[in-house]
Amino acid sequence: MRDAITTTGKKLFRLFGVIIAVTAITFVLVDFLPGNIAYEIAGEEATMEDVEAVQEELGLNRPLIIRYGNWLADIAKGDLGKSFRTQEPVLEAILSRLPVTIELVVLSQLFALALAIPFGIICAYKPRTIIDNTLSSIAFAMLSIPVFVMGIILIYIFAIKLRWLPATGYVPISGGIWDNLRSFILPALCIAMVEWVPFMRVLRSDMIATLQENFILMAKSKGLPASHILFKHALRPSCLTLITILGIHIGHLIGGAVVVEIIFALPGIGRLLIGSIFSRDFAMVQGCILFITIAYVSVNFLVDHFYTILDPRILISRSV
Amino acid sequence: MMGIMLNPDQKSKFITVEPKSVWQKLGVSFWLSMMWITLVVFSAVIADLLPLPEYDYIDWMNQASPPGSTRSIQPLNSSQAEPEPFVYLFGTDTMGRDIFTRLIFGARVSLLVGLITPIIGLLVGGMLGMLAGFYRGRLDTFIMAAMDTILAFPGLVLLLAITFYIGQNLTNIIIALGFLTIPSFSRVARANTLTVSRREFIQASRMIGQNDFYILIRDILPNIILPLIVYALFVVSYMIVAEGTLSFLGLSVPAPDPSWGGMIAEGKEVLDQASHVSFIPAMALFLTVLSFNLIGDALRGVIDSKDGQL
Repeated sequence: MRDAITTTGKKLFRLFGVIIAVTAITFVLVDFLPGNIAYEIAGEEATMEDVEAVQEELGLNRPLIIRYGNWLADIAKGDLGKSFRTQEPVLEAILSRLPVTIELVVLSQLFALALAIPFGIICAYKPRTIIDNTLSSIAFAMLSIPVFVMGIILIYIFAIKLRWLPATGYVPISGGIWDNLRSFILPALCIAMVEWVPFMRVLRSDMIATLQENFILMAKSKGLPASHILFKHALRPSCLTLITILGIHIGHLIGGAVVVEIIFALPGIGRLLIGSIFSRDFAMVQGCILFITIAYVSVNFLVDHFYTILDPRILISRSV
Repeated sequence: MMGIMLNPDQKSKFITVEPKSVWQKLGVSFWLSMMWITLVVFSAVIADLLPLPEYDYIDWMNQASPPGSTRSIQPLNSSQAEPEPFVYLFGTDTMGRDIFTRLIFGARVSLLVGLITPIIGLLVGGMLGMLAGFYRGRLDTFIMAAMDTILAFPGLVLLLAITFYIGQNLTNIIIALGFLTIPSFSRVARANTLTVSRREFIQASRMIGQNDFYILIRDILPNIILPLIVYALFVVSYMIVAEGTLSFLGLSVPAPDPSWGGMIAEGKEVLDQASHVSFIPAMALFLTVLSFNLIGDALRGVIDSKDGQL
C-alpha cells in the first residue's frame, strides 16, 4: 500500500511538472508571434495611442516572468481571458463546446469496441487461419487510411450515394435524441474505423495468451461451449491492455478529433481551436491549447492510475 | 479446439523449412510497394521536366471536369499557332487546374515532409537515446524525463500551436514535425543501446582501451542503426499523414502550391458532382502511406528473423 502511495505521489509530481511546462510553453509561444501582438489586436487602422492602450491593457510592458505569474494566478481562478474578436469569455466558450466533443469521443470509442471485440475474439480463437489473416490484412490496410480520407469516403457512401445519414448539420440534444445521434453516427464511425485496429490487435494477442491458461483448459474439459468460454471466461482477463489503450485514446481524441469536427461541421473544441487559429484570436487559441493539453495529461494520469487499481500485480512488478 | 492450445511458433521448430533468400522473404507486397514509391519519388523529382501545364494554370472552361477530358479552347496568350490539344488524364479540379500535374507537384510536399522529418528525429533522438542508454544514471533520467514531457503533449495540438505561432511554411512544418518525432526515436535508440551495451564485445572494446566516443560510433551505432531505420519507415508514413492532415485543414503550404491534403479538402465541396477531385489524391495518399507501412513491416520481419538466428 505504501508503494501505491509513493508511486501515485511520483506520478502526481510528474503531472504537476508537465502542467507547468505546458502553461509555460503556451505562454512563451505568444512572444514568438511574428509581429507585435498589440498591433494585431488593435487592428489595421489603429493609432499609436490605441496600440499603447492595448499594450497597457494586456500588461505587455511588464517583464515576461511577472506576466506569466499573473496569468497563472488568473488561470487558477478559472479566468482564461476574453476572446479578442467576440469578447466572449474563453472558458465559457470552451465549456459550451465540450459536450459535443465528449459525445463524439464516447460514441466513437463505443463503435470502435463494437468492431474490435468480436473481430479480436474471432482472430484469437482461430489464429493464423484464413479468417485471422484476412482480418489482420484488412486492419493493416485500414491503418493506412488517414482519418480525413475516411471521412470523405463515409460521406460519399452514406450521405451522397445512399442518402442514409446527414453529412453535416449538428443537431443539439434539445432537438431530439434520435436526430442528435443521427448527426453523430458518421463522425463517430469515421474515428472508429481507424481506431478499432489497435484495439483489435491488442485484444487478439492478449486473448491468445489467455486461451493457453489452465483455467481455459479446465473449462474446456468440463465441456463448456466455445462461445461461453470465449465471452464469459476469456474476455475479461484479456481486457487489461485494451482498457489502458482505450483510456489513452480517449485522452488523445479530446484534441485529436479536430479533423473530424471540421469535416462534419460539429461545433466541438477542435473546431473552436481551428476557427480561432484562422481568425487569429490569440486568447482563444491559448485557452483551447491549454485546456486540451491539461485534459489530455490528466486523462493519461487517471488511466495510468486506474490501471494499477485494476491489476495490483503491476505495482508489485514495478516496485521489484 | 486444439488450434487454441498449439502455439504456432513452437510448431515451426520441428519442421525444417527450406532456407529462403532475403529477397524472397520480403514478399510480393514489398516489391509492389517499392515500385509505387519509386514511381512517386521519380515523378516528383523530374516534375519540372515533364510536358505538363503549370500547376496553377487555370482553365476556366474545364472546371471539375472528369478524367480524360480535353482542353478545347486554346489559351489566349499562347505563342504557338496551333497548340496541341491537352488531355486531362485525371481531370481538373474545382478551379480548372490539371489534377495530374498538381498530384505530382503535391507529391514533393508529402515526400519532403515524410522523408526529412524522420531524419531529424533519427539524428537528434537517436543520439540522445544512445547517450541515455550508454551512460545511464542521471543523464538517462534527465533525457528520458525531457522526452516524456514532450510525449505528454497531444501531438496534433502542439503541431497546430507551433504552425500558428511560428508561421506556416514548409520549413517550419518540417522542423515542428521533426521535433515531435525525437522522443519516440530516442526511446527506440535507448532500448537497443541498453541491450547492445551488455554484450561482450563492448566490454572487450573497453578492455583494449577504446574511448567512449569510439565505442558509441564504431561498436554501438552499427548494431542499433537497423532497427532505427525500420522504425523510421513507419514514421515516414505517419508524417505523410500528419502533413496531409495539416494541409487538409489549410495549415500547411500556402494556397496556390499543391499538396495532397489540400487537394482532398478542395474536392470535398464537389464530392457529389465530381468525386474524382477528392478521390484521386486520396488514393495517391493511401497507396503511399500503405506502401511505406508494408515496406517497414517486411523489413522488420526480416530483421526479427535474423535476430532469431543469432
